[in-house]
Formats: sequence, structure tokens, C-alpha cells
Amino acid sequence: MCDTCGCNVTEANRHLLDAGGKFHRTTAGHEAISVLQDLLSENDHIAAHNRSHFDKHDVLAINLMSSPGSGKTALLEATLDALAGRFRVAVIEGDLETENDAERIRQKGITAIQISTGNACHLDAHMVHDALHQLSLDDLDIVFIENVGNLVCPASFDLGQHLNVTLLSVTEGDDKPSKYPVMFRAADLMLLTKTDLLEVLDDFVPAQAENNLRRLASNATVLQLSARTQCGIQKWVEWLQQQQQQHRERTRQGQTRRPAIQVDGARMHAERQTR
Amino acid sequence: MHELAICRQMLKQVTQIAAANDALSVASISVRIGPLSGVESHLLKQAFPFAASGSVAEKAQLLIESMPVRVRCGQCGSETDARTNDLSCANCGDYHTQLLSGDELLLIGLELSRKNQETTHV
Ligand SMILES: Nc1nc2c(ncn2[C@@H]2O[C@H](COP(=O)(O)OP(=O)(O)OP(=O)(O)O)[C@@H](O)[C@H]2O)c(=O)[nH]1
Ligand SMILES: [Mg+2]
Ligand SMILES: [Zn+2]
Ligand SMILES: [Zn+2]
Repeated sequence: MCDTCGCNVTEANRHLLDAGGKFHRTTAGHEAISVLQDLLSENDHIAAHNRSHFDKHDVLAINLMSSPGSGKTALLEATLDALAGRFRVAVIEGDLETENDAERIRQKGITAIQISTGNACHLDAHMVHDALHQLSLDDLDIVFIENVGNLVCPASFDLGQHLNVTLLSVTEGDDKPSKYPVMFRAADLMLLTKTDLLEVLDDFVPAQAENNLRRLASNATVLQLSARTQCGIQKWVEWLQQQQQQHRERTRQGQTRRPAIQVDGARMHAERQTR
Repeated sequence: MHELAICRQMLKQVTQIAAANDALSVASISVRIGPLSGVESHLLKQAFPFAASGSVAEKAQLLIESMPVRVRCGQCGSETDARTNDLSCANCGDYHTQLLSGDELLLIGLELSRKNQETTHV
């Protein structure tokens, strides 16, 4: 499927067949076969492939996730202004229907690849792979991926990014990490957005949001900002610079980084237990 | 919902394994799912007939083993049950824990009906 980089998913999928061979007859006359494969191993394989594309070109890939309207595109707009002249950036926009978000980015003079997911409620590694081949990674330092606005589904699909940033706008309530643990566990950074509204939303307590995140056994950094007033943008830009520098050092040593959720080999410890 | 997408991926794997083993049909598919995988067992069950229709696994039973949420504490070393939205240690309360189980999303086995059954079992 990928002429540009010579990868071949059919070939890559061969590992899916490796599990064959161990049979035993069941009482019903069927034959049972043990497998032990991640249900998302195909997606994960393509994601790993995407990640090596990024690494080869020294590009840091950041996946932005949140519920609809938490301010992902507004954050990108403010970030692009703040990063202008410092990093070469492109954006991959995932959206159910429109090109609106991609258009907003292009108005900043920045390349934006729109992925229309149709009725899919999340991006997957395939879609990002196709978008990747429309970008000239050689000319880039950071690629932002704006995922579909959804606090549930995107967390399950590795795209090949290095970092997950989960946005939580102050209008959503500080209990969201407890209500959507899968999503917030996946965050390398939790970004509290629209903080200019905090003064009218006195029941949103940033420390409580952080506390709820910690109870998910998360060490993720927590930052606050308002894309509207620009307050807090500086700290976020510093974090980005730091991450980009760390990524440079990693790729120089031939290493990579996977987002938070996969640090302890998510889902695969079942394999260790069974063996 | 993404359960349909996951069902489709699962069926791709199942179809490949069935073909590689000369199966006529798949009688059952066993999966292991933890609540922190982000996949809802009942939604997976609902999606399954749509995804499986017309495939070699059309008549297969989907057997789901639900995994408990368990953590090991980095502070006191205890291994305790936890909740999806509270992974702190049940013994000392520290949140520096490691997940032992609860985020599985695994295909663990298939039951196949095969051609020439008498000659193929090992
Ligand atoms: N007051 C305030 N409003 C904001 C801020 N950031 C975004 N908004 C508003 O929130 C609404 C949604 O912002 P978007 O940036 O489109 O949110 P999004 O997460 O990209 O939305 P989807 O892509 O549809 O999921 C818009 O009306 C923005 O003007 C902020 O910092 N302060
Ligand atoms: Mg948007
Ligand atoms: Zn490729
Ligand atoms: Zn403890």
C-alpha cells in the first residue's frame, strides 16, 4: 500500500500467521488453536511504521485529543503564531466531515492535510500513514495531529505519534479524568484550556482535575492556558521546545519514544502472565 | 463507535489464521478484554454479527473473558484490586502503581472446523 517507502502491509502481516500450529481436539470435534495477538496488532504495526518515518526525518509527532470543541484548533492557531520562525510545522487534521479546521490552519500559511474520517470516530494509523506521504517530512520539525473530537475512541489507536496531549477545557468539569480514564491515562501532557473562563466557572478546580489524573497512576505534566488571551502559551511553547530537543537527542542515538499509554507495554502483560 | 472497527480488525486476523490452517469455518473466537482497553465487551458483542457476516467466522461464538483491574504499588509493593478511575494502591494509597491487568485487548484462541480432520490434529 505504500510505494513511497517500500513498506508492504501484506508482508508485514505475515506475523499474524505465526501463531499457528498448536492444536488440540475439543469435545465438539473442533480443533482449538491458541493465538495470543493484540486485537489491534495490524494498526500497531502501521503505527510503528509511521513512527519510524517520523524518526528517520527527525520529526516530532504530537497527537492532540479532546472532546469536541475543547479548543484543539484554537490551540494550534495560537501555537503556530508562537512557534513562527522557531520550528517548521505541519498539521494533520482529522474531522468527521468538514475541511474547516484545515482551512483555519492554512490561513496561517501552514501546510494542513485534511483526513475526512467519514463516520469513523477516531483516526487510525492507516489514515495517518496516507496523510504522511503527502508531507515532505524533510522540511519539518514538528507534526501536530488533531484527532477527531471524542474523549473515548481515539485513545485506543496508536498513530505513530511520540506524545499524546489531552486537552480538558474548563467548561467540561474537573471530573473528566475520572469519567474517561482510558483517554486521560493516555496523556503525556494534560492541558487545561480556556482558562480565561475560570473566573465565571468557579466549580472547576484545576488542582482537583490534576488530582483525578494522578489517581489514574499518571505522572503526566499538567499545564493551563487560554488560546483566547494567550495566557500560559509561553509555558506550553517551552514544553514543546524541550520535547523537540529531547526527540532530537533520541533520534541521534537511534531511539524513539512511544506515548504514555504504551510505556509499560500496554495490553501485553497478559501475554507475560500466560506464558 | 470504535468497537466495530476493532471487530473488523479482529476478523481480519481470524480469517488469516483460519485460511492458514485450512479451516472450513470458525466455531468460536476467544478474546480477553480489560476495561482500561477502552473497548466495551457488550458493544463488541453487538458489533460482531455485522462484522462477521459473510466471513468464515459468520457462525462463530464470540467468547469474552473480562479481566480484572489489578495494580502493583511502587511504594509498598502490594498487589491489589483497583478501579478504572482509581488505580492507586488499596494498601497505602500511593498513586505510583503499575498496571498488572485490566487493559488487555487480546485474541487468545480459536476453535476451527477443518478439512480432513482425522489427519490434521497434532
Ligand atoms: N473563551 C475561550 N474560548 C475558546 C478558547 N479556545 C477555544 N475557544 C472557543 O471554543 C470553541 C471551539 O474551539 P475549537 O478550537 O474549534 O475546538 P476544537 O477542539 O478544535 O473542536 P473540534 O475540532 O470540533 O473537536 C470556539 O468557539 C472557540 O472560539 C479559549 O482559550 N477561551
Ligand atoms: Mg478542531
Ligand atoms: Zn510508508
Ligand atoms: Zn502501596
